[in-house]
Amino acid sequence: MQALDIKLLRDFRRLWLQGAAIALVLAAGVAVILMSVGMSRALNDTRTAYYDQNRFAHVFASARRAPESLLSELRAIPGVAEIEAQVRNYAVLDIPGRAKPATGLLISRPEDGMPRLNVPLLRSGRWPLAAGEVVVNEPFATANGFELGDPFSVNLNGRKQVLTITGTALSPEFIYTIGPGALIPQNETFGILWLPAEVMDAAFGMTGAFNTVALTVLPRVSVEPIKDQVKLLLDPYGATTPLGRDLQQSNAFLDAEITQLEVLAYVLPPVFLGITVFLVNMVMGRIVQLERSEIGLLKAVGYTDYEICLHYLMLAGLIALIGVGVGWIAGTWLAHSMAQIYAKYYDFPFLVFGVPWSVYAWSAVLGLAATSVGALRSALGAARLAPAVAMSPPAPPRYKRNLMDRIVAYLRLSQPSRMILRSLMRWPLRASMTMFGMSLAVSVLVASNFFPDSMDEIIDTGFYQSNRQDVLLLFDPDVPLAAMEEVARLPDVLQVEPQQYQPVTLSRGSHEKQVSLSSMPNGADLARIVDGDGNIITPDPFGVLLSDRLAKSLRAEVGDMVQVRFESGRREVFDLPVSGVITQYFGLAAYVDLNALNRLLRQSDRATSINVTLANPDAADEFETRIKDFPRLVGTINMTENRKSFLETLSSNILVMTTVYAILGTIITVGVAYNATRVQLSERARELASLRILGFSQGEVAYILAGEVLLLALIAQPVGWMIGALIARAMTEGFSSDLYSMPLVLTGATYAKASLIVLAAASGSVALVALRLTRLDLISVMKTRE
Amino acid sequence: MADVAATSAEVVFQTEALTKIYKTGDVEVRALDGVDLQLYAAELAVLLGPSGSGKSTLLNILGGLDHPSGGQFWFRGRELTGASDRQLTRYRREHVGFVFQFYNLVPSLTARENVQLVTDVAKSPMTPAEALDLVGLSHRMDHFPAQMSGGEQQRVAIARAIAKRPEVLLCDEPTGALDSKTGTQVLETLRQVNEEFGTTTVVITHNAAIQQMAHRVIRFADGNIASVEVNDTRISPAEIEW
Repeated sequence: MQALDIKLLRDFRRLWLQGAAIALVLAAGVAVILMSVGMSRALNDTRTAYYDQNRFAHVFASARRAPESLLSELRAIPGVAEIEAQVRNYAVLDIPGRAKPATGLLISRPEDGMPRLNVPLLRSGRWPLAAGEVVVNEPFATANGFELGDPFSVNLNGRKQVLTITGTALSPEFIYTIGPGALIPQNETFGILWLPAEVMDAAFGMTGAFNTVALTVLPRVSVEPIKDQVKLLLDPYGATTPLGRDLQQSNAFLDAEITQLEVLAYVLPPVFLGITVFLVNMVMGRIVQLERSEIGLLKAVGYTDYEICLHYLMLAGLIALIGVGVGWIAGTWLAHSMAQIYAKYYDFPFLVFGVPWSVYAWSAVLGLAATSVGALRSALGAARLAPAVAMSPPAPPRYKRNLMDRIVAYLRLSQPSRMILRSLMRWPLRASMTMFGMSLAVSVLVASNFFPDSMDEIIDTGFYQSNRQDVLLLFDPDVPLAAMEEVARLPDVLQVEPQQYQPVTLSRGSHEKQVSLSSMPNGADLARIVDGDGNIITPDPFGVLLSDRLAKSLRAEVGDMVQVRFESGRREVFDLPVSGVITQYFGLAAYVDLNALNRLLRQSDRATSINVTLANPDAADEFETRIKDFPRLVGTINMTENRKSFLETLSSNILVMTTVYAILGTIITVGVAYNATRVQLSERARELASLRILGFSQGEVAYILAGEVLLLALIAQPVGWMIGALIARAMTEGFSSDLYSMPLVLTGATYAKASLIVLAAASGSVALVALRLTRLDLISVMKTRE
Repeated sequence: MADVAATSAEVVFQTEALTKIYKTGDVEVRALDGVDLQLYAAELAVLLGPSGSGKSTLLNILGGLDHPSGGQFWFRGRELTGASDRQLTRYRREHVGFVFQFYNLVPSLTARENVQLVTDVAKSPMTPAEALDLVGLSHRMDHFPAQMSGGEQQRVAIARAIAKRPEVLLCDEPTGALDSKTGTQVLETLRQVNEEFGTTTVVITHNAAIQQMAHRVIRFADGNIASVEVNDTRISPAEIEW
């Protein structure tokens, strides 16, 4: 090994704690890159492969009842590659040993047993061949402990029929499987059921007809005009507006997840890499300063500028090597944990895990680039040092009297305090970068700790303020209000209220959205409309109330007219004024008054769903048993279960997340505070030793050493709060999609917690360096030539 | 060896009206003020003079560490006055050995590794062990600078300087930080190198006593040469009284 390389390794060993502190910051950046970029790419690639293999459709349309003769016309639309028509219906399921009803989405399987699109993948057993046989989606079977041959019953259009499970399957349409009204997958109470087409046709009177159709389009053909043509053809048969992949539920949730990961990838790694650049720059600057005479020597004996520059770049390269290595390990682990979470919520037939190697390579390149950029100035400076200059000691730093001194004099500060302030003024750039680094640590903590509060707000308004029912009963077709009285007579029922959901297309100018128009009676108590400030809003009897994101996407404001096109019934079109815009976090909601809706559609009082509260929601067995046989009931939503599972999921995920961010914030703080103090100690060792010789106590000297960095840590707090609030705002905006949005809830506790962590980490790091003061060898320091 | 001082000997260094001006703020310091000098092959020259008289500046320029502000200088007939940094690096790498007052050893490298620093980049060097053996430190090869006395450290520095078999050895106050006993050892080593290898050796010193071992004594004052004396009665370092 070359002597210069030996020097490199020995120098690194001497500096290892500083190097490690920087390497950890870099590692955090690399790990976040692997996790966010890696997992978003993995998720995307897996999804693409799955979609390709199982021919996931591009357009999804539905109608009430369309004749099969229409299929040839649909197939003839220019640009259409393949079509697949099915019969689909929701039904209430009765699972043995379980009182609570479950909901199933029943899907017909073509008679030839060869679905052309959205091809389900058989995971076990065989496809159903006869009446009484069914294949269910794998997660539903797992959650209920079903095995092949197990029976359960289904309410097939009013007739209860026992089905035997012949197999399990997965489908690209149901990667993220959520039932009607649910927020996260609840596989126990929602299942996908594949039945032979004849069975479905017979049960729902759909012989020679279909109610859903999926299409793929040829490559490089635009989807929009095809959607329009499909709509045109299906319109006479009660079609709703065809959806593209962007609005297909499972795919939309995946899109939202990928977007979240991408937002993380844009926000966090630059912070960590930036801090790495700064830290390497600070530490290398000091090293080059300390090694002036060695550099001079190397030049005197004939080392070239290039060799010297490379020597210092390689020292930084070692930091990168360790940072990238640790980052790879941590990132792989993080990505693996994410993959496990995905495996829990997303139903892929193959394991999602696997960060592409190119992401590893890129993270290493970025890590090396960050340390090189940080070291470049010092390394070039070392190379540029004239050999004769390098051999003589550097001129003492020039302190000048300035405005600050007048302030200092006015404050009558002690000499040690003056030393601290003068040092700050002497290196204003370094001081402000140190401060900025620690403020970024604060901001990372603020921007992550606001999540739980934000979630609390969502849960409170979403579950406890607006949706207060225990159970939501879904009917298809809708039922007259008399049904409500029947429900009210069931055992355990305390309160019932009607509600209507109508699929509509809202449009204003060229902006258009398909949403579910919700209407409830004036003074409804169970399903209420609550805005972001917690006020209960009553829909205007003459207008439509929009959620803020819906209003934004329609570019509509209060008083504007929007066109409401009903996608069911007589499919009428009305122009209604926007009577209000409210802040809501789930979905794109629109509301009208129930009476106003009935008047508008010239219909009697009806309900598509009934909200129920129960005397004892945890022990309402009799109600649950009886409701399973209720006519026209196609599904139930147990809101109590919904709340519980949502909270459980969130609390465990949030705990993991806040812990990870607390670690990241601590890493940044330690990296910055430790290195800043070490550089201080190195620069001022002589000065501090002189003070000790003059009779200053150990504590007084430690105060001078620690004071500067701790003062900067204090100044960093408010700056970090501000940056954190900005990042949090950007993140809530980045995370917002048609499915949900996040309120920005920043409490004093969030700021306080962030500050506590950072100040504790900074104090700890500084104390660690201050301990070295006890080992300060006064005599040798005084003798050594600087 | 007294005849090496004769003008017939080969000229290694030649300077003509060499000047060096340092500017610090508004102050202009003429460190060298038109120096004309010749140094000959295999001679041991001592540069004497008070601080700030220009000795070190001259040595730095001759060694290719610094550029003159004016005048010209040659190394073995090759003009180095306007040489680029790259050319000077090459020149130092191939021809010059340096010994400094404060040894300038790399503290993180052992004696052997400090010498290796030079042998790694030199053309046909000795091995570090040979060089250390020459200065009598073969038993201390694996010690770090902090584990050695000042005299030993300076001898490692000399080993490092001679390991590349340089044509010139430039020593700036090589005994300045040493007591008389270790100083004598170091001077003895320099004399030995000069005699055994015929290396042109230039020694800067404050210590007038050291002039007694030189072939020639060049006195500096105010940036110029005050006098040049040929020493007819050289004595060995051991006989020098400090």
